[in-house]
Amino acid sequence: MDLKEKLVSSFIAFENQVDIDSYVHDIRTEAIKNFESIGFPTKKNESWKYTSLKQVLDTDYSIFPSKNTALVYSKIEKYLIDDIDSYKIIFVDGIYSSHLSETTHEGMDICLMSSVLNKPKYAPIIENYFNKALKKDGISDLNTAFSKEGAFIHIPKNKLVEKPIQIIHFNSGNESSLMLQPRNLIIVDENSQLQIIERHQNLNENEVLTNSVTEIFVNPKSIVDYYKIQNDNKQASIIDTTSIVQEHNSVCTLHTFSFGGKLTRNNLTFSQKGEHIESIMKGITIIEEKQHVDHNTLVHHIKPNCESHQDYKGIFDDSSTGVFNGTVVVEKEAQKTNAFQANNNVLLSDKASINTKPQLEIFADDVKCSHGCTIGQLDKNALFYLKSRGIPEKEAKALLMYGFANNVMQSVKIPELKNRITNIIAGKLGVNIGFNL
Amino acid sequence: MLSIKNLHAKVEDKNILNGINLEVKAGEVHAIMGPNGSGKSTLASIIAGKEEYEITNGDIDLNGESIEDLSAEERAHKGIFLSFQYPVEIPGVSVTNFIKTAINETRKAKGQEEMPAKEMLKLLKDKSNLLEIDRKFLSRSINDGFSGGEKKRNEIFQMAMLDPSVAILDETDSGLYIDALRIVANGVNKLKSSKNAVILITHYQRLLDYIVPDHVHVLYNGKIVKSGNKDLALELEAKGYDWIKEEVKN
Repeated sequence: MDLKEKLVSSFIAFENQVDIDSYVHDIRTEAIKNFESIGFPTKKNESWKYTSLKQVLDTDYSIFPSKNTALVYSKIEKYLIDDIDSYKIIFVDGIYSSHLSETTHEGMDICLMSSVLNKPKYAPIIENYFNKALKKDGISDLNTAFSKEGAFIHIPKNKLVEKPIQIIHFNSGNESSLMLQPRNLIIVDENSQLQIIERHQNLNENEVLTNSVTEIFVNPKSIVDYYKIQNDNKQASIIDTTSIVQEHNSVCTLHTFSFGGKLTRNNLTFSQKGEHIESIMKGITIIEEKQHVDHNTLVHHIKPNCESHQDYKGIFDDSSTGVFNGTVVVEKEAQKTNAFQANNNVLLSDKASINTKPQLEIFADDVKCSHGCTIGQLDKNALFYLKSRGIPEKEAKALLMYGFANNVMQSVKIPELKNRITNIIAGKLGVNIGFNL
Repeated sequence: MLSIKNLHAKVEDKNILNGINLEVKAGEVHAIMGPNGSGKSTLASIIAGKEEYEITNGDIDLNGESIEDLSAEERAHKGIFLSFQYPVEIPGVSVTNFIKTAINETRKAKGQEEMPAKEMLKLLKDKSNLLEIDRKFLSRSINDGFSGGEKKRNEIFQMAMLDPSVAILDETDSGLYIDALRIVANGVNKLKSSKNAVILITHYQRLLDYIVPDHVHVLYNGKIVKSGNKDLALELEAKGYDWIKEEVKN
């Protein structure tokens, strides 16, 4: 039985675990049908041309973990940004871990999907938002079909959430291989402000495939900063779909730090439903060996006077492969759009490769849209310049790569997170540089 | 201090240096002049350790120790400094972070502790004052968007911070307005001591009005064809290089 058949047939078992007489379950039922007919994307699908799921779908994953695994804090501490006060929503093998988490219902909801799906109090908001940001495709339908757990965050209007929220999914490795399908729903009401850090972490050498879906609704005048840390081990693969709907005068910034994993695919969609919206996407990818990272972005400019900025940097060593596929659609009504897209890459080895494809579809006539991509090696003259000042080759190369990635780091607004990312980068480059960016 | 003997070098099968001999003693200032394409910048790059050039014959000794097999960074650790004719722009790395890294890597190579932060700050302050550099300038990315004058001043600022024993200034005067030239020259003069040496590579005599050389050499076709005192530079300024070329021919 292949993974698709296994998933479809286990839907019946799944139905025994959830309330099937609900609004959400109707959507799940519809979604499993869609998945059954569409299946997993293949390389024949244009947006999956350079990313084959074949190597990760061959494994016989457990769909449901067989038992609850408790983790001690000391074991996971290093994966948290632990030097800041934060809310924490932590899952182990897809199951919420209350003793590691710090949630709230006071004046806002920072909690779990499972705890709101069955409560009548939340029915209106679920009906209003759940699955409303997603496009139909096999992979997100699959997540929708099995959606029952993840983070649920609802911030009411005029609220500045002072502590960032960390959403972390651990794979304990108790299953020889596990498929996880977290589903997050984040709603930020008018004139509020929120920061989120998301991470997925495999804790041992067993295979894990995560098919994650996050829907984010950024209501008028709200500001959302979202940070994704993808720094997993070589047995972990992730397909991460994030769909963001923005209303007028809102700003949403999303950073993706892709430093590892076996296969990483990011599907990131921004829909601008009002005027004067700003959507910012930034990414740093640094990978090696046979790792693969694919950034697939779509910005949909629907209304006039909006902006989008994309800045993705990639550094590829050994036989690692990267993909950047960035689509910007500017509808006829979206006059005065300002859309900017950049994808710059450095290849450190002859065997590394990057496929970069900017795509602009513009139907309005008064817009400012630009895109550019570069692929190069480290500048030899710059290297000699640094070395001639006494900086050894390895450190000089690291410094150049730091410089290359630096403007993406500048927009990280949580200093402790910035330090952490800087340290991860220094670690990856194998140097100890005595300053922070 | 720096002793170059019978130095031959080539790049991609093209011979560029054809037997250079040069003795530079501590406390001296040497000027190397010559027409375009005579090998001046190549000589500077080779002393600093640029890998594209291949030394086919000869020796470069620093304080009696051969350095031609050392990497560029190792030569820097031993006190060689090159002020680039075209300083390289490095976006994303600030001047301060760059120079701190350079100083601490050099100290590390010598088995010393990192420079204490307070000492570093004082040094940065003193040396930026010497070169009349605005402190804001130090937090900008290296040479990124700098004017020609700012780039050259930044080079001499780095020299001041690193305190080399042999500084080679490659066409530091080119593209400088007179005010910037005066600041740069003043900086070099203050850094000069009985313990270090300066090699000025220049096309024009102008710089030598400000930094007075003890010896002037003329490089032509990859060889030093004439040496003299500062009067030689004045003679070249007045007569050009043609008479030198004639002399070589005969």
